Amino acid sequence: MTFLTFLRGISLFRLKRSIVLGVKSLWMHKLRSLLTALGIVFGVASVIAMLAIGEGASFEAQQQIKELGSQNIILESVKPTNTTTAGEQERSLILEYGLTYQDITQIQATVPGVQITVPSRRVKDFLWNVSQSVDGTAFGTVPWFPKMKNRDVIRGRFFTEIEMKDCSPVCVLTESLARNLFPLNEPIGQTVRMQTSYFRVVGVIEDDPAVAATESALEGSAESSEGMEMIIPITTLEDHFGEVLVKYRSGSFEAEKVEYHEVTARIEDADDVMPAALAIQHILEQNHEDLDYKMTVPLDLLRRAERTKQIFNIVLGSIAAISLLVGGIGIMNIMLATVTERTREIGIRRALGAKRKDIVMQFLIETVILSGAGGLLGVGVGLAIPLAVTQFANMVTIIEFWAPTLAFTISVAIGVLFGIYPAFRAAGMNPVEALRHE
Amino acid sequence: MSDFSSDALVENGLTNSLGAEGCDHRKPVIELLGVEKHYQMGSVLVKALRGIDLKIFPGDYISILGPSGGGKSTMLNILGCLDQPSIGTYLLNGTDVSNLSDDALSLVRGKELGFIFQSYNLIQQLSVVENIEVPLFYQGVSEKESRETAIELAIKVGLGKRLDHRPTELSGGQQQRVAIARALANDPAVILADEATGNLDSKSGGDILEIFDQLNSDGKTLVMITHDEDMAERTHRVIRLKDGGIAFDSRTEN
Ligand SMILES: Nc1ncnc2c1ncn2[C@@H]1O[C@H](COP(=O)(O)OP(=O)(O)OP(=O)(O)O)[C@@H](O)[C@H]1O
Ligand SMILES: [Mg+2]
Repeated sequence: MTFLTFLRGISLFRLKRSIVLGVKSLWMHKLRSLLTALGIVFGVASVIAMLAIGEGASFEAQQQIKELGSQNIILESVKPTNTTTAGEQERSLILEYGLTYQDITQIQATVPGVQITVPSRRVKDFLWNVSQSVDGTAFGTVPWFPKMKNRDVIRGRFFTEIEMKDCSPVCVLTESLARNLFPLNEPIGQTVRMQTSYFRVVGVIEDDPAVAATESALEGSAESSEGMEMIIPITTLEDHFGEVLVKYRSGSFEAEKVEYHEVTARIEDADDVMPAALAIQHILEQNHEDLDYKMTVPLDLLRRAERTKQIFNIVLGSIAAISLLVGGIGIMNIMLATVTERTREIGIRRALGAKRKDIVMQFLIETVILSGAGGLLGVGVGLAIPLAVTQFANMVTIIEFWAPTLAFTISVAIGVLFGIYPAFRAAGMNPVEALRHE
Repeated sequence: MSDFSSDALVENGLTNSLGAEGCDHRKPVIELLGVEKHYQMGSVLVKALRGIDLKIFPGDYISILGPSGGGKSTMLNILGCLDQPSIGTYLLNGTDVSNLSDDALSLVRGKELGFIFQSYNLIQQLSVVENIEVPLFYQGVSEKESRETAIELAIKVGLGKRLDHRPTELSGGQQQRVAIARALANDPAVILADEATGNLDSKSGGDILEIFDQLNSDGKTLVMITHDEDMAERTHRVIRLKDGGIAFDSRTEN
């Protein structure tokens, strides 16, 4: 007798009666049934919880990476830790490092697919509104900066290409700088001073989401100077502050020359991002003796995050599979015991006209009820765990609609899979011997 | 032997069946022809039944007696289609059932036969009514109809007030009455009872036998195994099995 031939000819009425019967039989041994189903409960719950937590973690990572722009390649100047020419530089007193004008022109000229680049430079000093001051940064960049960085101008406008060409003394303030420097009045139209230069405020831009995120995490602590940026045309910055940055900090004197602090290259086609990154790296390796730059490829990060998620999923999947397997074996074990225990009942039913397939169906249904009930319970627990994690660990969790459905389906499938053997063993019994069983 | 020898028409199975035919022209409901049952026990072949020829007619009320190990249960299992003869033919209602498939045998059991066991054999997780309904369920009788039939039968065996009781809440005699109702549910051609009163005290046993008498007078065909000569006396025909053969068969004429 095959499984399929037995599936044929199951009427709905019989199915209903068999389900009622199965529930009755399981209800007779409530504690045993509960304990048996527990394996499935934990298996299913862990599947759902793990999926939700994993999905949430990867969503968070992807969100952060996407904010950097998946078509972007971000180059940053980094102060070298141990330079080969340290002696020389100490004598000249000016530390010269980082991305150069030459790097950028070479990249733009030779790397295929590079569409636009956003160079930037920073000068750190106090920013003044009359007598109010904030420790901040003058950030020189290009007019297409907001578009490239996905940052919205909240009020006013960003500076224009003409303003960049003319080295106009205009500035756009980040939200937090505007709030700190102009706590009471509207900043647009006002003037901000840095050192001896004055800049007219033309707009307010939203904070860098990465900075905003770290800031909100450190809530309560005094606002750092990190997000306090006055964004001005890069030409204006060079005009007013020159190429050499001089810092006087607590008595010591530091001078450094950095042409660009950060350059963002946008690649037109996402497929070209990785080759372009290789080409850029090649150029930089040739031009720089020291490792005084850092390259970040968000797309690469994204891929790595996806890979990490894949590994995570495989690990979690195996754990879940093992726990479900153990649950299934537990069910099979109990069902085999049940079949032995109910040998007499099987004999009676056979004597009263039950066919083998009726017996198979009865025990299979009972197993599926057991595992299905465990599955439902597991779905309940599995949905509660991510909620608790979100509540108490402040982590993003995502429950996708298919996760509980899948987990429940698996639990039913386990019931069928591990129920088949005990059910067929029950059906295979000789009626006479079954009736004689004590 | 003494009580029944005077009533005996014939002394062995073969002539008996001829004799029975001689005085009864109805078609037999059960006919065994040269039935043997062998069990292989290691290297030894145990012959539990050796050449049984038997005709049972509608309305017969038969008791099977004989020493332990004589083959009574073996024969009843074959009559009940729970087991099949090693050799020989079994005709039930004129149909050869000696070589049927497992499914077909289940169907015959469910439709044509009713069983009553020594140890009642009720299903513990089911109530009185539900137990009576079991054979109907396997015949695909609708819920409503089977419930009605079951209640009717429960009332008939005097358990109208215990419809929803579990077997554990009933006395032995009551349990056996549930088993009788269950055996009647499908309106079978023959009811087979293996020491139905064996676990009961004489009072409850007597009640059961009264029900049997009543059923037979209502026209039911009953075959029961017993060890009790007094019980055998109530029946209209006595068969004695010894060493797997029919040693004695009597039909009491009225
Ligand atoms: N499954 C079996 N395997 C081997 N031998 C068997 C089997 N069933 C019955 N026998 C043998 O067949 C013979 C008849 O047994 P059966 O059970 O029919 O006797 P019985 O007349 O019902 O006895 P009792 O009055 O004790 O119930 C016995 O010798 C028994 O050992
Ligand atoms: Mg016996």
